[in-house]
Amino acid sequence: MTTAGTYTPKPGAAPLSRMIAAQAVLETKMLLRNGEQLLLTVVIPTLLLVLFSSVDVVDTGEGEAVDFLAPGILALAVMSTAFTGQAIATGFERRYGVLKRLAISPLPRWGLMAAKTLSVLVTEILQVFLLTVIAFALGWSPGGNPLAVLLLLLLGTAAFSGLGLLMAGTLKAEATLAAANLVFLLLLVGGGVVVPLDKFPDAAQDVLGLLPISALSDGLRDVLQHGAGMPWGNLGILAVWGVVGLAAAARFFRWE
Amino acid sequence: MIDRFSTAGRPAGRGPRTRSLDLAPMRSDPVVQVQALVKRYGTKTAVNGLDLAAGPGITAVLGPNGAGKTTTVETCEGYRKPDSGTVRVLGLDPIREAAALRPRIGVMLQSGGVYSGARADEMLRHVAQLHARPLDVDALIERLGLGSCGRTTYRRLSGGQQQRLALAMAVVGRPEMVFLDEPTAGLDPQARRATWDLVRDLRTDGVSAILTTHHMDEAEQLADDVAIIDAGRVIAQGSPEELCRGGAENTLRFSGRPALDIGSLLKALPPDCTAAELTPGAYRVGGKVNPQLLATVTSWCAQHGVMPEKISVERHTLEDVFLELTGKELRS
Repeated sequence: MTTAGTYTPKPGAAPLSRMIAAQAVLETKMLLRNGEQLLLTVVIPTLLLVLFSSVDVVDTGEGEAVDFLAPGILALAVMSTAFTGQAIATGFERRYGVLKRLAISPLPRWGLMAAKTLSVLVTEILQVFLLTVIAFALGWSPGGNPLAVLLLLLLGTAAFSGLGLLMAGTLKAEATLAAANLVFLLLLVGGGVVVPLDKFPDAAQDVLGLLPISALSDGLRDVLQHGAGMPWGNLGILAVWGVVGLAAAARFFRWE
Repeated sequence: MIDRFSTAGRPAGRGPRTRSLDLAPMRSDPVVQVQALVKRYGTKTAVNGLDLAAGPGITAVLGPNGAGKTTTVETCEGYRKPDSGTVRVLGLDPIREAAALRPRIGVMLQSGGVYSGARADEMLRHVAQLHARPLDVDALIERLGLGSCGRTTYRRLSGGQQQRLALAMAVVGRPEMVFLDEPTAGLDPQARRATWDLVRDLRTDGVSAILTTHHMDEAEQLADDVAIIDAGRVIAQGSPEELCRGGAENTLRFSGRPALDIGSLLKALPPDCTAAELTPGAYRVGGKVNPQLLATVTSWCAQHGVMPEKISVERHTLEDVFLELTGKELRS
């Protein structure tokens, strides 16, 4: 049935770019196929944007509600993919030996991480596109420097990825699942996403303002709603979270 | 009476193998070379000065649960860092030279290793894409009967399908050697035979394998060489035939009238033999059972006017050897 020589060894790694691209495509497919992940990354941000823009639930201050909400929802989208989604997916990949199996494939570990990052970025592009279209339909009129927005989104992604991977690489998969969802919920409420930070007591505001979600939503709002240039303070906060989170993840991440 | 030291502690690659080395000086270097490997987890010593030289060909690693099989194999794969000792796979250090080694080996994990939401063909195609010259994925799917998995995702595949997918993932990159950790655990007889056939084809085409198993018949069927591990050491190594022949004593049984003079029989036998009357009239002679021994026993019977009835010779299976060496059932 099988011709002799079918299995004659011809080992070799594929070119690095092909390996990383293949890995990124597979990771993205897995994410888009997962119902819970889509709920988190697409359904919840969309619902919040539509609901809070059209129904007067929270006082969003001066101007159109959507102008306040859209930047916060974009920040939420970044958090849902880079932090919550990535933490849960990676936690279960670790639990089910996927990381262990890939660790012995020709794909280097940094290549796997690069592919994960690419997959997160592709997902975020889809999210931002969808949410922007919906926000425009709701009457959004953003302003500001697009470069500042891009920088905020990238640094926010780095900060949330570091924290998500740290969680996935150190906790049990079930603990990651619970903790990542809890953190998502807490930061959704306390991170200036839909509820303005100035609704909180002054002391709480100082602390909450240092969270990566607050820095991201506040920074995006400064630019998109108020037309600010470079929100250096918020960029700085995100950069610190990014460096600390990624370094800790690199140091403590366990593959099995 | 079992001579536990006849093979215990024999350095890997010595004994019966030395002869074949003399006969075939062109024999290739081992594909796996483990020397004085020690691996501890906390206070527990999993591997305790283990020596193993394996391949080319198929080497089965047998041992009771907790013997150190998986730790040894995972050290070869680069997952574990030895506390001391050296490990070389295809001449490479599995940790320091991992990047060079990984494309050349294939690994079948005992379980898992696949995205729970991925389909069998999707995952196999993905692993193939990570290699430069992979096997024809469709042919491999056909060969291992994975075509029937269709659009089912991994978490809904049967245990046997998951097992065969893991095997396919190990071989699809056309490796020089594969590590198969209990490749047929939980498979039905038909799937088991299909796996054996594939492993034989790999061997024919020059792929070496390290195979851990609980199944003696699997080792006897597939392996050129068997290493028995117990308490973190290799306690015997050789071909299945060598182990069955030399590793443990064989048995000759006969029946005759009760209360024969065992002392006199022992005097007639070579010095390393044993003899006993198990139940009145049922006798057992243990030792190297060969035509000379058979002749000695029958001529002793003739001298003593005994008609040996139901005379039988039992060749030991690997299962017996294992039991005698380790004192444990394989699937304890």
